[in-house]
Amino acid sequence: MLDVRQGRTWVFPQPPAIFATATVGGPREKEGPLGKVLDRAYEDPYVGEKTFERAERALLESAVAIALRKGSLAPENVDLFVGGDLLNQIVSTAYTARSLGVPYLGLYSACATSTGGLALAALLVASGAAATVLTGAVSHNLAAERQFRQPTEYGGQKPPTAQTTVTGAGVAVVRPSGLPVRIRAATVGRVMDMGITDPMNMGAAMAPAAVDTLRTHLADLGLSPTDYDLIVTGDLGEVGRRLLLDLMREAGLFFDPERVRDAGLMIYDRERQNVLTGGSGAASSAIVYYGYLVPEMADGRLRRVLLLATGALHSPLSVQQGESIPGIAHAVTLERE
Amino acid sequence: MEHPLSRDVLRDPEAYQRLARDRETPRPVLLNSLRAFLVGGAISFFGQLVTDVYVHVFHFSPKEANNPTVATLIFFAVLFTGLGWYDRIGQWGGAGAIVPVTGFANTMASSALDYRSEGYVLGVGGNMFKVAGPVIVFGVVSAFVVALVRSLVELLVRGAVGG
Repeated sequence: MLDVRQGRTWVFPQPPAIFATATVGGPREKEGPLGKVLDRAYEDPYVGEKTFERAERALLESAVAIALRKGSLAPENVDLFVGGDLLNQIVSTAYTARSLGVPYLGLYSACATSTGGLALAALLVASGAAATVLTGAVSHNLAAERQFRQPTEYGGQKPPTAQTTVTGAGVAVVRPSGLPVRIRAATVGRVMDMGITDPMNMGAAMAPAAVDTLRTHLADLGLSPTDYDLIVTGDLGEVGRRLLLDLMREAGLFFDPERVRDAGLMIYDRERQNVLTGGSGAASSAIVYYGYLVPEMADGRLRRVLLLATGALHSPLSVQQGESIPGIAHAVTLERE
Repeated sequence: MEHPLSRDVLRDPEAYQRLARDRETPRPVLLNSLRAFLVGGAISFFGQLVTDVYVHVFHFSPKEANNPTVATLIFFAVLFTGLGWYDRIGQWGGAGAIVPVTGFANTMASSALDYRSEGYVLGVGGNMFKVAGPVIVFGVVSAFVVALVRSLVELLVRGAVGG
């Protein structure tokens, strides 16, 4: 039996590799600082489709197609597809799996789906259960607004703590070998709920989960934040990041704040673009991780990176019923070969 | 007050919530109020202009001009919603954009637009009042209660006076 357990973390003796990645985005992502890294950027928020929901599906299908093409793979070569999105019953991913025609496990970790999927993909490959695993996440600003908040053209005002859901998708193919970017270890997070009830301040709801998983991951690996070039959360935003830094200090972690970044703050330029406290959504982390960080590592500019995607596990109904917002964070350590 | 970081806040939800409140980006209340005033005022000013046009150009009486004015405001609110401008005005102007009648029209138009993909009957028809529903329900119910109370009081007063 393969023993990968070190505390609550999976440490892979033969780290699987990222074989190929692909990212796509919408108009706002194209205008953002990372617009150039996207494999494909769409000007039309409908992506040529009739509904936002279909557009979300088209984004994921597009990213999957590009990843397979980049890796010279056919769908038949994929053993398993593990992914998710934010829509009810994760339909966008299910319909993408339909067109892909490969074994599919839908995953819901809200905006932490990217690393949750990556952790699972690495485990499947490391254990020999699969040789080629496709993983990813997609989100669409207008589909998410419709489902979680208000009609998309509603004239209500959002507070400065609110986030802007990223429109786009990020996928990766995981195999025993590939790019010189290895998945060294992964920690599946536990749900943390500190009683935050405001869905317009998800950063505050998710920060506790981020620090909990971070502490566990580092302790299990015997590493400290200074052993990493970057620690990148998925979508804490400006407010959530402030809280994360507070909690990290309080936990006695020694770190350089410049090296603790947030994908939601990297994908948009808060000065130029009206995105309130930052980007969010399942694609926020997926695009930045697979579209920017992995290529930077493959090119040798980054050596060791901690991917710490964060998710808010509420539903539109749970908030209306007065429930607080539970958060979760999954951590993956990537290392340059 | 105890400093929020003086103990393990992850064990103490209340301490964490205090910390979270402390770290929130504050809303610029004064600026927001000013913007709301400007937007709400501009919409109302425009409404008055419309009434004046109906009265002086189309020779409606001030009372007759009410309904056409409301209809005109609804038209522009729905048009702006469809053009994608209303939500930007709302984000900038806050409560100034919620003023009836334009705010109400925006809620219905925006709901209708979103639910068009689910068909006209169940989608648009079934969801058009989603955001405006509470306004109608509580508006009608409270009007009913007030009217009831007023009738009862009138009855009592007439009975007491003996008429």
